[in-house]
Amino acid sequence: MATREAPPMPLTQAVSGAIDAATARDWLGQMLLIRRFEEKAAELYSAGKIRGFLHLSIGEEAVSVAAIAALTEADNIVSTYREHGHALARGVPPGAVMAELYGKANGASRGRGGSMHIFDVGRRFFGGNAIVAGGLPLAVGLALADRLQQRPAITACLFGDGAVAEGEFHESLNLASLWKLPVLFLCENNYYAMGTALARHQAETDISLKGAAYRVSSAAVDGMDVLATAAAVRQAAEQVRSGAGPFLLECRTYRFRAHSMYDPELYRAKEEVEQWKRRDPIALFRARLEGGGILAAAEIEALDQEARATTEQAVAFAEAGEWEPVADLCKDVYARELPCA
Amino acid sequence: MRMTYREALRTALTEALSTDPRVFLMGEDVGRYGGAYAASKGLLEQFGPDRVRDTPLSESAFVGAGIGAALGGMRPIVEVMTVNFSLLALDQVVNSAATLRHMSGGQLNVPLVVRMATGGGRQVAAQHSHSLEGWYAHVPGIRVVAPATAHDARWMLPAALREPDPVFIFEHAMLYPEEGEVGEEPGPLPLFAAAIRRPGRDVTVIAHGGSVGKALAAAEQLAKEGIEAEVLDLRSLRPLDDATILESVRRCHRAVVVDEGWRSGSLAAEIASRISEEAFFDLDAPVARVCSAEVPIPYPKHLEDAALPQPDRICAAVRGVLQPAQAAAGVKA
Repeated sequence: MATREAPPMPLTQAVSGAIDAATARDWLGQMLLIRRFEEKAAELYSAGKIRGFLHLSIGEEAVSVAAIAALTEADNIVSTYREHGHALARGVPPGAVMAELYGKANGASRGRGGSMHIFDVGRRFFGGNAIVAGGLPLAVGLALADRLQQRPAITACLFGDGAVAEGEFHESLNLASLWKLPVLFLCENNYYAMGTALARHQAETDISLKGAAYRVSSAAVDGMDVLATAAAVRQAAEQVRSGAGPFLLECRTYRFRAHSMYDPELYRAKEEVEQWKRRDPIALFRARLEGGGILAAAEIEALDQEARATTEQAVAFAEAGEWEPVADLCKDVYARELPCA
Repeated sequence: MRMTYREALRTALTEALSTDPRVFLMGEDVGRYGGAYAASKGLLEQFGPDRVRDTPLSESAFVGAGIGAALGGMRPIVEVMTVNFSLLALDQVVNSAATLRHMSGGQLNVPLVVRMATGGGRQVAAQHSHSLEGWYAHVPGIRVVAPATAHDARWMLPAALREPDPVFIFEHAMLYPEEGEVGEEPGPLPLFAAAIRRPGRDVTVIAHGGSVGKALAAAEQLAKEGIEAEVLDLRSLRPLDDATILESVRRCHRAVVVDEGWRSGSLAAEIASRISEEAFFDLDAPVARVCSAEVPIPYPKHLEDAALPQPDRICAAVRGVLQPAQAAAGVKA
């Protein structure tokens, strides 16, 4: 039996592309916030403040920030269960995200969804979806609604490499392409579907190639390079916005932490993780900004302090939140007043 | 005005597309083919391909797209050809349509209408004869209705489109050619209340969809024997109209539940439980059930007939509850 090679590491070892200081501050600040926020969430999980599933995106921050940066306020976002970074980058208040992780009534979804189900409809953030590939058909429908109502918005649909094995991925790409709908399919390929390596679940490990079967334009980008990813997302989003139909952008990234807090990580070697950590998207971006004289070290340190402070405020907000009264358990099963059954 | 169930549906679809620009219809073969059951015949020509959309055979994608379009401000009507194929979309129904409002803390609602054919009786064998509306009725967050008459086929659709929540309409496949009287639109939302189709005093026969006609045929036969059976059409399977069911049972003191679903874990089981919980001391006999035999529905007519509820089995169940001593030996499955 032929053995498959390990998935290709992105080749670049440095962040590429030009950036102005204001944007740099904004993006690095967001990446740091996601990192500090999730590090804190992991601590709070160990402390028993957060329960259930908690999926961290540490290592994948460049994709979150780059993806959301290309969108307008009118665009829709459909996300996954690993969505804290997407939500924070979209501007969902960190306190509301943290309170949701706690399950408090001041959380983004009144605490009912928890880590995997952050919704903020005002920001057109249509949720973390905990069914792998479950969000793709919803994104197609949101895009269809925009098309039918002649709105210029696009829908960004984030999903992982695991989703590519699901029928809903293939059905959705086909339908979106057939109807030329404005969907930006953003695959965050972190090389593992929970514990199953890409080469162990895909016969073709180059995910970007899969668009061709549905006549969907596609590309792959180094998801550890925030500038390259931002440029690729911007270009893809422009194409989608122009009415050319959907686009599939594969962002190659890596999750530094376990799949969830329950995961003993028996399926991958520590050396592999260490190798990827040498391409930490935050470290790479920092080096680029400092090296290029765009931001000074002290300025970057201040951004980090700000991220830590924002995280602490988010925790305080969550701590101060109330629990939803049990009397409201059946509220909002239906929009209309009905007996639950 | 007399028309077939199919024509009633087409009239309702035409009206919906004419009066609300947010409404569109999508599903497999709803356009150029005219609908597998011809409910949408002519609508593509009348309303164009933007509003009458043929989809690929991708149940999960187009049901999910219906949910997404509803979130985006549209009023989609999704036709899934039959309940059998709807299983391919069950993820979107149960994990998205039913959960989004509650799970988002009330931020979202999904004003989606999904229509599909259900039921057996046409000799199309096991994979095309399921009656799984009871499964859907299990799920909080969606509403489930079953029009049993042309009148209800005509008026349940506009009522469903007025709902802010996802509504699933189950159309029994045997009913499409059935003709019936279609009256004026009833007042606000009576379609989601159960209806007494034939008043009686000796026993309440509870049915829905394709079983209502069978229950009425049974009642006709029983009347000749001096038994006055009341036939109750559930119409809404979720939520159930407990008040109407219990009022009838308390008056008649006996109940037979007819359900084309399999008996184990069925909607009939739920109804029998509610009657036992709420009206036990009003009963003169245990509640009886007439359900499908617990087999995949077979192709040959004699076996299919034997598998599905039939008027003679309903009559036997009624006689059984009227003579409790004989009930022990009476009809079960």
